[in-house]
Amino acid sequence: MSKTIFPQSIKSRPVYATLEPRPGKAHLVIADGEGADALGDLLDKAPDRAGMLGAMHILYTPGPNGTDLWAKVQGFGAAQTYRAPTIPAMLPRLSKVVSEAHMGTQFYVTGTEGLMGQAEREIMMTGLPFGAIQKEHRGSTLRRVQCVHCKGITENVALDPFACSHCGLHLFVRDHYSRRIAAFQGVNIDAEDPGLVPAAVERFK
Amino acid sequence: MSLDFKPDLGDFFKEETFRDDFTFKNSPASIARFPFPFDRDEYMYSVNMEPHVSGRPGSVFEKTFDVDEHYVSEMIDRAKVLAEDPLRCQSLPHMTLAGWDLLELIMDSTARDYPQWFSLHKNANQWHWINRPLGIDQKFTFLDGSTLPYGPMEYITRQMQGDFSLQDERDGNLWMDAGMITTQADWSLDFDVGMNFMEWHAPVPLAHEKQVFDRALKFLLKLQNGSPVRRFNWTMTVNPLLDTAPETYPKWGPTKASLTPENLGSKQHLRVELQALFRLPRSNAIAFSIRAYLGKFEELVTMPKWGRRLHRVLRDIHPEIAAYKGFARNQPAMVEWLAKYDDGKPTSAGWWPEPE
Ligand code: HEM
Repeated sequence: MSKTIFPQSIKSRPVYATLEPRPGKAHLVIADGEGADALGDLLDKAPDRAGMLGAMHILYTPGPNGTDLWAKVQGFGAAQTYRAPTIPAMLPRLSKVVSEAHMGTQFYVTGTEGLMGQAEREIMMTGLPFGAIQKEHRGSTLRRVQCVHCKGITENVALDPFACSHCGLHLFVRDHYSRRIAAFQGVNIDAEDPGLVPAAVERFK
Repeated sequence: MSLDFKPDLGDFFKEETFRDDFTFKNSPASIARFPFPFDRDEYMYSVNMEPHVSGRPGSVFEKTFDVDEHYVSEMIDRAKVLAEDPLRCQSLPHMTLAGWDLLELIMDSTARDYPQWFSLHKNANQWHWINRPLGIDQKFTFLDGSTLPYGPMEYITRQMQGDFSLQDERDGNLWMDAGMITTQADWSLDFDVGMNFMEWHAPVPLAHEKQVFDRALKFLLKLQNGSPVRRFNWTMTVNPLLDTAPETYPKWGPTKASLTPENLGSKQHLRVELQALFRLPRSNAIAFSIRAYLGKFEELVTMPKWGRRLHRVLRDIHPEIAAYKGFARNQPAMVEWLAKYDDGKPTSAGWWPEPE
């Protein structure tokens, strides 16, 4: 089971629950990596599995740790199933699908925080009610981090501190999280004592 | 950089800098009215809010928005910060009406409180605004954005000391959906814009557990138009740098390592924020003004009560608060420097200075 228990944290850090089937005219699933397992569990709980699948559109991409459960996802037999090679490649289709979603659509977002944050941001930009989005974390805890200095985003951060992939500054990873940017905040660790960078620790996997 | 206003210092406003050569200092009159934030010899977070009503004449509480000797130089500094980083001023699309509300609040208040510097003539929606210290003379149509050179919030906050943020109210919460933030104590508007009250306060230690934010939010949701409230916050800043932004932390961070016993009195500043909250009439948003005052340690200790008290507060502060405010590394040096000004005598209640 790849469910993660996150340690107690500050109030901007998102928390995740378990996906529950809800009645809806359409079911949009956005998942990466091990999120396929959460989708499987969701379908097992559905009172009308065939009916739910008949109104389901799945957007899937492998996880940042390489987990690719595409065969399993395809095997569910949803009305529409799509595989993107990466999250950035998925986003154009995601925004079109989301912008055409109507009231009564249920959103199930599952997998890594980077995927869930970016999907949630797309959905929220359409003004659809926040309450229609469910999120369940599965798989990798690698983080999407914005450098507060240069504003560049580094994907799949494992180490803390790490070097910003845009400006090169050594950043420590805060739990402070922006839903608008869908990223955690990275702050220069040796700003006060340039050159004094502690050894990196693998905090996220 | 070229300014889009023509400052006129007159004989009241000072020419000084908050960067590079850091020529900022307070006149004796400015020290005497410094908003010293400690009303007792210790400090802990609390729901410290009181009605924002006119206080002692000459004090920073007298007027709705305090305009002091640093006004013109602070506005020049803000223009420079914005030229370097326009992301310090942001307004989500639904906040334009709140921006007009804020523009009206600031123009009405300052034209009433400082007629020698500001005037506002209204003929229905045809308004004429004059800001003499900044050399601005603007005719525009209220609520028509095409008649101003900037959006309404940016236009007026480029002319008013202090940072401003605008909070939309929805779902029983406040959302920081707009702001002009160039004199912040190390937090990023660009990162926080769009967050709710609990989210943007997330990094603050101790206060969540003490229910400070639950109670403060409940109180604010009941805030009425015409009955603003105010509170203090404070931190420590090395050099009179108004713009301690996370964005530029690699530039100013090293100055924290530059203190010596000899330069501490002039380099180390107590930074006090006088914050006020206003319910706005049309948008129902809440405007938050954050006015930062800088006082050098050597200026503050000219008031014996403040010297004694600052020493005791900093000596006994909770270590998590010192760490969060970013002065833990200099706390021992600050306490040692201040100890010379603490003879152990009792201090009187309240923050007013008592020249001896
Ligand atoms: C609605 C208007 C308000 C806004 C926009 C606002 C914004 C902020 C921000 C951005 C921070 C910095 C957080 C960080 O570290 O990133 C902060 C700190 C803080 N705020 Fe507020 N705040 C507001 C109202 C209040 C009120 C009413 C209280 C009353 C208790 C309060 C208490 C505090 C405290 C105790 C801190 C920690 C400050 C320190 O130790 O330096 N805030 N606020």
